[in-house]
Amino acid sequence: MGESKKLSVIITSLMAVTAGLAAGMIFIACVGKNPFVGLYEIFFGALATGRRIACTLGCATQLILTGLSFAFAFRCGLFNIGIAGQMIMGGLAASLAAAYLPDSVPRIITILIIVVTAAATGGLWSIVAGFLKARYNVHEVVSTIMMNWVAYWIVYDAVPRFICNPSVLIRSASLPVEKTLSAEWIRELTLYSTLNYGLIIALIMVFAVKFILDRSTLGFRLKAVGANRSCAEYAGINVSSTIITTMFISGVLAGLAGVTMYCGYTDSIVIGIMPSEGFNGIAVALLGNCNPVGILFSALFFGILRMASGSLAVMGIPQDLVDTVIAVIIYSSAVSVLFAGYGKRISAFIIGRKHLWK
Amino acid sequence: MEIIYSIFQNSVTYTMPLLMAALGCLICERSGVTNLCIEGLMLIGCFVSALTVMLLQESGISFTLSVVLGILAAMSGGVIFSLLYAFAAVNLKADQIISGIAVNMLASSLTVFMAKVITGAGNIHITRGIIRTDVPLLSEIPVIGPLLFSNVYWSTYLCLILWGMMFFLLYRTSFGLRLRGCGEHPSAVASAGINVIKMRYLGVMASGLFSGLAGACVLVTYAGDFNAVAGMNGLGFLAIAAMIFGHWNPLGILGTSFFFGICMTVSNMGRVFPGLQDIPTAVFGAFPYIATLIALVFSSRKSSAPKACGRPF
Repeated sequence: MGESKKLSVIITSLMAVTAGLAAGMIFIACVGKNPFVGLYEIFFGALATGRRIACTLGCATQLILTGLSFAFAFRCGLFNIGIAGQMIMGGLAASLAAAYLPDSVPRIITILIIVVTAAATGGLWSIVAGFLKARYNVHEVVSTIMMNWVAYWIVYDAVPRFICNPSVLIRSASLPVEKTLSAEWIRELTLYSTLNYGLIIALIMVFAVKFILDRSTLGFRLKAVGANRSCAEYAGINVSSTIITTMFISGVLAGLAGVTMYCGYTDSIVIGIMPSEGFNGIAVALLGNCNPVGILFSALFFGILRMASGSLAVMGIPQDLVDTVIAVIIYSSAVSVLFAGYGKRISAFIIGRKHLWK
Repeated sequence: MEIIYSIFQNSVTYTMPLLMAALGCLICERSGVTNLCIEGLMLIGCFVSALTVMLLQESGISFTLSVVLGILAAMSGGVIFSLLYAFAAVNLKADQIISGIAVNMLASSLTVFMAKVITGAGNIHITRGIIRTDVPLLSEIPVIGPLLFSNVYWSTYLCLILWGMMFFLLYRTSFGLRLRGCGEHPSAVASAGINVIKMRYLGVMASGLFSGLAGACVLVTYAGDFNAVAGMNGLGFLAIAAMIFGHWNPLGILGTSFFFGICMTVSNMGRVFPGLQDIPTAVFGAFPYIATLIALVFSSRKSSAPKACGRPF
C-alpha cells in the first residue's frame, strides 16, 4: 500500500471516530448535561489512574480478539456475526473444564487446557455456519445469528445444571483465581483491576493473524476467495474448504475471546444476555480497516469507550450512550465513501507539504 | 379439538409480525437492496408504538384509538429510520451488509438509551394492547369459525389485507413490474426511463413501513411491553429466513411465516402439553432457531434471490 493510501485510510478512520464522538456529545447535550464535561469524563474515566488504565486494557483484550475474529472472516468475504455465540460457547466450555478439573493439576496445565477447550469449542461452533455456507449456500449472516440464539439457550440450560451458583441463580459459580487467566501479582500491582494473562493471548493472536494473512498460502487463498470467488475457483483454489477453514479460525479467535472474558475478565457466566463484545468486534475490525495492527489500536480505543460507561453513569447519563457512539462509528465507517474523498485530499495535502518540514 | 384451535390461534398471532417483516424485506430485496436491518427497524417500530401508546393512554384517550395511533406512529418511525439505511445503501453505495448491521446496532442502542432517559428503566409498559374478540356471525361457522374468526386480534386482518394489497401491487401493476425489474436488471429499467434510485428508495422505505408495523404488532398483541434488553430476540432475522425459505415470493412467505409461527407457538406453549414437561426449557427456546437452520439447508441450495440484489446501482 502506498504512503498516501495508508494515510488516507487512517484519516478516514479518524473521521468516523470524530463523527461518533460528535453524535455522542449531541446526545449528552440532549439529556441536558454539558457535552464537553462528558467528553472529558470519557477519557478521564478510562485513563486517569494506573488501575483504570489496567482495566481499560482488560476490557480491550476481548475486543482485540473479537475484532480479529470478524476481520479474519471478512477478508475472505464472510460475515461472522455469530461471534457472541461462539464466545459464550467457548466461555462455557472453558468454565466447565476449569470447574471440573481436579485442584491437583498444575496451574499452567489448567490454563492450557481451558484455553484450548475454549478455542476448539468456538471453532467447532462456527464451523457449522461455514459448512452450511460451503455445502448448502446458506447465508452466513442468518445462520450465525441462529447459532447465537441456540448458544444462548444452551448456556441458559447448562449453567444452572452444571456450574450452579447456589446464591445467585442467573450466574455461574465463581471460579477460584488460580483456575482463571487472572494472576495474583497483576491484581496486587493494579489494585484488583480486570487485567489478566488474556492480553498476552490477544497480542500473540494479533501477530499470528498478521502472519497467516500476509505470509501463508492459507492467507493468500482466503484473500483470493474474498476478492473474487469465481476467479479464485478458476485459479484452482478449493473455495469450499477455504470457507470452512476460515470460519473455523474465526471461531477459534472468538472462542479465545470467550475464555478471556469469562475466565479472566470475570470469573463467572451470567445467563440470559449476549456479550456485547461480540457485536463490538465488528466495529473494532471495521475501524481498524480489518488489519491486525489497526485492530489493536481500535480495540484500545473501544476499550476506553467501554470503560467510560461507568463514569458517564456517575454523571447521570445512561451507559448505553457508549453503544450508540459505537454504532454511529460503524455506520460512519460503512459510509466512509462520504469521507474517503476528504481523506484522500487531506493525505495528499500532508504529503505534498512534506518537503516543507524537512 | 379445543387444544388444536388454541394452537392455531396462537400460531396466527405469532405469524403476523413475521409475515409483515418478511413482506417488507421481500419488497426491499425485490427492488435490489439486501436488507439485514429488519430487526433494527422492528425494534424502532416497537419502541415508537410503545412510547406513543403509553403517553396517549396516560392522557386518557380511548384504548383502541391509542393503539391505532401507536401503529401509525410505528410505521412512520420505521420509514424515517429506514431512510438512514437507504442513504447508505442506495446513495453512497456502501456495503449493504455492513450498513445493515450498523443500522441494527444503532436501533438497539438508541432505543435502550432513549427508553432509559424517558422511563428510567429499560422497558416501557403499556396498559392495554388489542383485546382478542370473536367476529360476529363468521365465528359461528363450524371448523373455520373457531380457526380463523374466533379469539382474534383485529390487527391480524389488517396484516392480511396489507399482504394482499402488496401481492397485487407487485404482480398486477406496472409499478410492481418496474420495482421487480430494479432487482433483476436495473440498467434495463433505467434505460426505459425509470429512476432506479427512487424505486430502490421506495423499496427500503416499504421495508421500514412493514417492519415498523411488525414491531408494533408484537407490542400490541402478545408482548405488552417494550423490553430494551431482550430486544426482538432475533425475530427480524427469522423474518429474513422466512423470506429466503419462501423463495422471495409473497405466497411462499405466507406459508413459511406460518411455519415459523407454529415453531414459535411450540416454543412458547410446549411445556403446557402433558408428557412434555420433562423436556428442558432450553430445548423449546432453541427450537425455532434450529428449525430455521434446517429449513434454510433445504431452501438455499438453489438460490432464487433477485439477480441484482445487493449490487449498488
